[in-house]
Amino acid sequence: MSDVVALILMVGITAYALFGGADFGAGFWDLTAGGPERGRQPRAVISHSIGPVWEANHVWLIFCLVVLWTAFSEAFASITLTLFVPLSIAALGIVFRGSAFAFRKEVTRTSSQRNFGAAFAASSVIVPFCMGAVAGAIASGRVPAGGKAGDPWGSWINPTSMLGGVLAVTVCAYLAAVYMVWDARRLGHPAMAEYFRRRAVVAAVVAGVVALAGIFVLHADAVYVFHGLTSRALPLVIISALCGLGSLVLLTRESNAGARVLAMGAVATVVLGWGVAQYPYILPTSLELSTAAAPDATLWSVVIVFVIAAVVILPSLGLLYYLDQRDLLAAPVVEPGTTDDD
Amino acid sequence: MTSALSWVLAVNPVPWARAQMAFTLGFHIILVPLGVAWGAITLIANYRAIKKNDKDALVLAQRWSKYMAVTFAVGAVTGTVLSFEFGLLWPRFMGRFGDAFGIPFAIEGLFFFLEAIFLAVYIYGWKRLKPWPHFWTGVPIVIAGIGGTVSVVAANAWMNEPAGFTLNSAGKIVDVDPWGVIFNKAMPLQTLHMLIAAYLVGGFLVASVYAWGMLRGRRDRYHRIGFLIPFTVAAIAMPFQMLVGDELARWVYNNEPVKFAAIEMVPKTSSDVPETLFGHLNDEGEVEGGIAIPGLASILSDPSEGTSTVIQGLDAFPEDERPTNAEVNVVHLAWDVMVGLGTFLFLLALWYAASWVFRRRMPTSKLFLLLAAASGVLSVLTLEAGWVVTEVGRQPWIVRNHMLVEEAATANTGVWITFFAVLLVYAGLGVTVILVLRLMSRRWREGDEDPESGGPYGPRPTPARELVP
Repeated sequence: MSDVVALILMVGITAYALFGGADFGAGFWDLTAGGPERGRQPRAVISHSIGPVWEANHVWLIFCLVVLWTAFSEAFASITLTLFVPLSIAALGIVFRGSAFAFRKEVTRTSSQRNFGAAFAASSVIVPFCMGAVAGAIASGRVPAGGKAGDPWGSWINPTSMLGGVLAVTVCAYLAAVYMVWDARRLGHPAMAEYFRRRAVVAAVVAGVVALAGIFVLHADAVYVFHGLTSRALPLVIISALCGLGSLVLLTRESNAGARVLAMGAVATVVLGWGVAQYPYILPTSLELSTAAAPDATLWSVVIVFVIAAVVILPSLGLLYYLDQRDLLAAPVVEPGTTDDD
Repeated sequence: MTSALSWVLAVNPVPWARAQMAFTLGFHIILVPLGVAWGAITLIANYRAIKKNDKDALVLAQRWSKYMAVTFAVGAVTGTVLSFEFGLLWPRFMGRFGDAFGIPFAIEGLFFFLEAIFLAVYIYGWKRLKPWPHFWTGVPIVIAGIGGTVSVVAANAWMNEPAGFTLNSAGKIVDVDPWGVIFNKAMPLQTLHMLIAAYLVGGFLVASVYAWGMLRGRRDRYHRIGFLIPFTVAAIAMPFQMLVGDELARWVYNNEPVKFAAIEMVPKTSSDVPETLFGHLNDEGEVEGGIAIPGLASILSDPSEGTSTVIQGLDAFPEDERPTNAEVNVVHLAWDVMVGLGTFLFLLALWYAASWVFRRRMPTSKLFLLLAAASGVLSVLTLEAGWVVTEVGRQPWIVRNHMLVEEAATANTGVWITFFAVLLVYAGLGVTVILVLRLMSRRWREGDEDPESGGPYGPRPTPARELVP
């Protein structure tokens, strides 16, 4: 039973990485888009691309937190106790990201747009970095179970956490760039599609290099997960590598639909691979899933909620994406830098 | 580094954790009514716009939905902070009781999802969806608002009236009854009370903006409808809230006697207890100051027994299982504020209703508009006061009779730092939200509709023309 709920948790984390992650990645490209004039068009694509969907995508994070604290409350308590610093930074970063993005759409003065834009973009990089560092801390066994706090700094400032943080940022940027090639084309803007295509290729290569370097880091620093990745999770690792390479090839050949699917596949298999690699532990190697699991009735509640979500929420999300992709959701935005009232 | 660290280590996290939780919740709770009730208020305007081809109502509905986009975003992220804080500030509480306490939140997650999805469709759908389908995409927002409120308050009610779990001798939860958790004894009245409060605050808050506009001389049809719709919602909800509130107070008398003793500021168990307005407990724990109305607290607690109704005083409970005198003073003052302002808002609603009944129009005197313009802020104060009553009144428990706040808190001594960080960020956030909302309103008043909102329900324009280089 605890395995079923663990799988649900993995589904949530994967969805958050694929959708929420891409919204963070869009912020990364916003950050690197240059000054107000040079960055006007990419920022317009970014606003269009994530405007209607980011809040729905953000709910996956809440979903993951709720499943974690309800079904594996001891793990949640241990993680939040040890990783107080990166999680506090992430929480504040989320406040900056979401509110600044909402504000930026509504202000017209260029300087205000720039300030809100900077807050949005910078926090879009900080949050996934912290999340990646948290994942690295868990994977490398630095979060002890049993109500004891681990090292408040060393737990997340270490090789595996840095790998997790950098990998999260690059993967988010990669996903976002791939999605935005599609969005720019949909919006009838081939120059922007090309702009993001080039960035997607670079991000894909960087993410691949980081992942490759990561193998050595994990070998030295996160032994249990390394063994998992090279044994039972190996098929997922191989699929991920193939998907990544495939998406890179398709990107250079400008076949976007395929590139998008393969990019999602590459990221999803990395996340799932991490989960399989640390099985049966939720905190390697001090807390097993079955030990941390709540009583069966609670686990059943989570499963039932998940089934209802699959029946009600997934079609709703489908509707949202469908309307969005068909351009039936016009973004009520004043584009950054298009008006200047002072 | 080490000396700095040891200085940081010396700070007890418990008061800071309480302060941070109270502050972030107190901030988030202002946004809640806007998320819960504004959708319904907007849909009423939307309905009127389509049904009666009312241009003013249409513009109102559109603008409200755009304000909502801002307040919902801020509500979503401040709500996320609360989810983090459950773990960051109260890991031992979550570690021990998450198995039970988490269940209502799992359900709340569903509603939050639904709300985020359909709010996006509704806000972004004005231009290119047909009128009625677009209207219907707003309905799930209302349902999700109600469902979400009920789930979250059910979790809070569970902290007051924990049920639906079995502990082993080590104090670990070994069995859970999800229905028992969700439908705990405090849940029905507490959720109803908060739900109506959300509609009250949402209604008064939105209406107050238009009352202010009318006071400033903008007495056009647009402002009148902008006032009428939300104020009518609040005015209808008001008498129900008085009934529910009265019922809930009596429920607290019967089920949470410690909280009730704090509410009524009763140091010693007795009958014929006076209702003390204001006043406080002094260092000896005796009532000082205030206006005492003889026997009224007893009469209200159980009208059938009248003044002979016995109210348990604070002295009936061990000192370490009841709020401190200072906390009692806070609870009692908050109670007086809530009841006082609630009664004032009720009278305002009565005035409004009487004017409709006898004159067939809303009151338009300066005094009424002035009071109506104040009703928004006053209703927020009422809400905050009510929340203080239930939270401070439960002290020193986080889970009543099961876990003390002190036992629940994190051991991280750096909480005072995050407290100040949060204080700073939220102060900036609060000011910015208000500035941005005002900016939007001023821009619209000056006739600068943003390009996408020009003609609703229009044909599909060429996509993203602002992108064309």
